[in-house]
Parts: sequence; structure tokens; C-alpha cells
Amino acid sequence: MRVAVCIKQVPDTEARLRVSKDGRWIEEEDLRYVVNESDGYALEEALQIAEGSGGEVIVVSLGPQRVQEALRKGLALGAARAVHLVDEAFQGGDAAATARALAAVLQNEDVDLVLTGSQSDDAGWGSTASMLAGHLGWPHAWLVMGVEMEDGTAKVTREMESGMNEVFRMSLPAVIEVQAGINHPRYASLKGIMKAKRKPIDTPTPAELGLDPAQLGAAGSRIEIVDVAFPESGEGAEMIEGDASTVAQTLVDKLQNEARVL
Amino acid sequence: MKFPGVDYMEFDSLLDDEQRMVRDTVRQFVDEMVSPIIEECHEQCRTPLELVPQMGEMGLFGANLTGYGLPGLDNVSYGLIMQELERGDSGLRSFVSVQGALCMYPIWAFGSEDQKQRWLPPMATGEAIGCFGLTEPDFGSNPGGMRTTARREGEEWVLDGSKQWITNGTLADVAIVWAKTDEGVRGFLVEKGTPGYTSSDQHGKFSLRASTTSELGFSNCRIPAENMLPKTVGLKNALMCLNQARYGIAWGGLGAAMDCYHTALEYSKERIQFDGQPIACHQLVQDKLTWMITEITKGQLLAYQMGQLKDSGKLQHFHVSMGKRNNVWVARESAKLAREILGANGIVNDYPVIRHMLNIESVYTYEGTHDIHGLVIGAEVTGVPAFNAPRIPEKKAKSPTPVGSAAE
Repeated sequence: MRVAVCIKQVPDTEARLRVSKDGRWIEEEDLRYVVNESDGYALEEALQIAEGSGGEVIVVSLGPQRVQEALRKGLALGAARAVHLVDEAFQGGDAAATARALAAVLQNEDVDLVLTGSQSDDAGWGSTASMLAGHLGWPHAWLVMGVEMEDGTAKVTREMESGMNEVFRMSLPAVIEVQAGINHPRYASLKGIMKAKRKPIDTPTPAELGLDPAQLGAAGSRIEIVDVAFPESGEGAEMIEGDASTVAQTLVDKLQNEARVL
Repeated sequence: MKFPGVDYMEFDSLLDDEQRMVRDTVRQFVDEMVSPIIEECHEQCRTPLELVPQMGEMGLFGANLTGYGLPGLDNVSYGLIMQELERGDSGLRSFVSVQGALCMYPIWAFGSEDQKQRWLPPMATGEAIGCFGLTEPDFGSNPGGMRTTARREGEEWVLDGSKQWITNGTLADVAIVWAKTDEGVRGFLVEKGTPGYTSSDQHGKFSLRASTTSELGFSNCRIPAENMLPKTVGLKNALMCLNQARYGIAWGGLGAAMDCYHTALEYSKERIQFDGQPIACHQLVQDKLTWMITEITKGQLLAYQMGQLKDSGKLQHFHVSMGKRNNVWVARESAKLAREILGANGIVNDYPVIRHMLNIESVYTYEGTHDIHGLVIGAEVTGVPAFNAPRIPEKKAKSPTPVGSAAE
């Protein structure tokens, strides 16, 4: 099995964010970046599938130079190779433009499976991988809880509403988006970290992938972020004073007569 | 909560990508696996053995040794591992120091090929645990006075004597025991279960409670002749092991200091007193934080330079004395200042500060006391040793032998 994992580098979820000067994104300088949480679980799933079948894992990411650190981490954890879409033309795109670029990479990679996380922790559009599957013409599953390889197909468990699970079989190749928490991501071993620096990171250009730069990145996007802002603090909060029974009585009264929700 | 690191002077710019990844990986391991259980381990006075297989899988035992499937990391990376582990707990770092620097290192450096093949792979994974027996009840700073003896009888060595303050003693599958023979001090491998070899735990510790400290007894303890470490020629081999460990402790002290500093800094920004102001706005609190961050930063640069010297084969025992002495002192003072900033919260286990403070009391005097390391530095700069220690013949004349273990 050759498994590709698409990972995204995102700001550490504990980072204190500031809106950038142009008001259209966050200030990226001084931010600590990490591998997107659910992508980390996708990578662990991919490594286990590859180890179980004697295959190999390729990690793919689109983003600026700093993203190399995330790819090195993937290599340290056990991926064999990495592909980094670092060319300026790839940057700043919406999910569609990003999916177009990733599809061009994966079409040339002869992989059996593409795994990725269900949603990024920064932009959170949750649509890149479904568009990727569309470009490739491969079956696709979202919010996946478990993946098993069975007779050349993928048996996939998905979480549904009301606590029910759905199990289905997908033909390969396929694109599968997993949720965080489905496995226990390993720690990189020291030997893995040392091996990682000798593993290759390819950096193909749009031309090498046969792509028109006008279709990529910011130039190729149909969605534009026009404003990023913290929500304004709400007004009208009222503290109800008194002992527990008085507070409860007052609250019920207000919910019935002022808010009219009871 | 994730530890963000302490970096006032762009220390990270001195590190390469690999060194940062090593540090960040161990940092994550400590945040996720150690911090959640360590207060309980301290309270119950137990070594967190459940972490050993994971640490072995990561390659944390003997990380700077080469061959035999060992990682062969550079010494700055190795130091950063010790820093992060001791940020978790000095007892955990002690476990790893003893396993790697005091047990795997002597087997790797002074052992026979058979001994290396037999012990290094299982010790690297943590399947076999080691302990290091040098200190005795009456001989701490002066290990040369040891009373434990080994005499040759046919194809056996017969050991008699006792060792005290031995980290991992009762846990160990193999003890590296230093004993006097007719030809001087030699190192021996004594396996658990050997008749005449006993071990028992030291009770009543207020410090390093998440670590096991033991006494070892040898009474007509017979071991095969091939269990001697063949390349040991005297006490200096034991002291070479201690130098490995002390190098790691210099980094470890920074880890404990960083955790105290970080805890006190965050607390000072959130603790509101007097007119709704955080206590961080007070001059006396800022002075304490300033002392800590300044000394931690100096300690980082000292440790980094030691790592560079060690990688180039130029690190001397008197360099190591300065690093261990200074950085553990910084940790001890930082624990005290952090505890002051935390007020009453500084003495309860909701915060790590009092545990670090108690732990550092051990680290301050083990592996060469603070004072003895001061004398090593004094002897180096003056050429006049203030203590009567045997000399290492092949060392340059003005340097006296590094002394003293006072527990390992």
C-alpha cells in the first residue's frame, strides 16, 4: 500500500492570536506552528496501514517555507518521502485552489489511498479533501473513525448523528478524512528524527505539475477573505444576586417572561 | 498545559532543526505522559515504571552513545532531553541518567564485546534496568576510601561490602558495582538474584520521591570472572561515568529552573491583589522573575558551550563541575523564589514548585556536592587542590582528580 497523507501546518491552538495589519488574516510572525491535530491522527493511521501491508507513506503539504518543519516531523515519525508545494504561486489560495494543486501531485504519485484530517484548526473550511477527491474522481469519506484494509478495499467506520456508526466499503484509490482521537499518535523516536534529515522533500513547481499559475493560490481562488476580527463583547449581561433558590426562581421567571424561551 | 519553553536570548537560534525536534518531542512526551501522573508518583513515593517502555521506544536511554542500535545523538540534543525530563521531575531524569550515563556508558566504554551485546540492547529499550554502586555509607565525596572489596577465587570474583544512596537499586536487573581489588578499583556487573547480593529501599525521603533509592549489600557474593568490566583500570573509570551523568545534570537543572520560572511567571500575571492589579506589576516580584530569567539564560549558554566542547572531545571534568554546580544552584534558588511568588500555593501539589524544590535538595549534593565542585574549580584555577584526592596520572599535573559522588 502506498498511502499519501495531506497535512497542514497551523498555529498552535494555545497561541494568542492577533489580527494582521491589513485586517484580513492573523499576524503570523512569532506564532508557534504545529501539525493540524486531525492530520496527525491521519498520519498515524497511514503509518499503521503502511506497516501492516509493507508499504510506504508520503506526506504532502502546501504552505510557506516554515511548513518544512511539519514535513520533517512526518518523516521523523516514519514517512518515506515528502512533497512540499512551497512555490509562491501555490500560496494564499482557497480550498478549491489548494485541492487543485494537491490533486496534481497525487495524480503522479500512484498511491492507493489518501488520508487527511477532517478539518483544519485555523481556517476550518473542511472542504479541501472533498474537492481533492472530486479532482481525482475517487470515492471520498468524511468524519471517519476507523479504517481497515480488506481484500483491496477500505472498510470505513463513520460517526453519525444520535451516536450511531455507519460502516461501509470503499474501492481504492480513495480519499478518507479522519477525525482526531481515532488512534494514539506515536512519538518520534530519536533514530527517526536523525533519519528524517536524509529523507527527500520534493518541491515541484506549477510548471512541473503541468498547472497554470492563474489557477492556483490567491490568483486562482474564488473565495477571498475580506475581514478577520474578534467578535465584539456582548452587552446586556445581568448578574442575578441572591441565594441559590432566589437565583433559580428569578432565572426561570426571566426565561419565561422576558426571553420567552420556556 | 503545553510548556512554551524559556528563551529570552534567542537560544533556539543556536539549535539546528534536528535538535529542536528532539527537544520538542521529549517536551511533548513530558507534557502528555509525565506531568499528569508525576504528583501522584511523588505522593506515593514510586518510580513511574509505566513510562519506561515508551522512553525506550523513543530511544531516550543511552541516547548519545553509538553502535549497538543506539541513537548516537549529539551532546546538545542529549542535554536538551535531560532538560525536558527534569522539567517533568528530577527523579525521572535521574532514572534516565543512571540508566544511560552510569550503566550503559561504562558497559559501552569499558565492557567486553559479550557484555555489550548482552546488555546494551535490552537496556536501550528499558527491558533491563541498571543501577550504579559507587557511594558507600561512609564514603560519599571521597569514593576512593571505599570498603567494598572483590577478591579473585579461581574463575570467580567474590564481592563483600555495601553501597548506599543507589538510584534504581531494587529495580535493577544488573548493578555496576565498584570494588577494590589487589590491583586497584574495578567495575563489576552483578546480576539480580545472584546469591549474596541483596537490596532494600531507603525510606523516609522528602526528595526524589518519584525515584527509587536503595542500599545494596554484598556478602560472599560470587560472580563469574567474566563479569568484571575488562577495561576498568581504577577509580577514574567510575569518575568518567559520573562526568557523563553530571553533564546531563547541568542541563537537567535548567529544566527544573525553567518549570519553576514559568509557573511563577504565569501565576504572577493571574494572581490579583490590591486594586485589581496582578502581582506581576510589583517591583519585588519583577526582581525575582528577573533573577530567574537572567540566571536561566546564562545557564543555557553555559550548558550549550559544554555540549559543543563535549562533541569536539574537549570537555574537561572541571568544565563539567562548573556546569553542574552553577545550573543546579540556579534551580535551587529559582525554586525558592518561585515558591515565594506563589505564596501558600507554593507549598501544595497543585503546582510543581515545592516538588522541584524538594528534589533539587538531592541534586544539589549528589553527583559531587556543590561545595566539592567548587573545590574542583578552585583547584583548576589555582593549581593548589584544597582536598587530598588521588591524582589521575595521565591528566595534566595541575588538575586533581574529580572527586566525589555522594550518591548516584
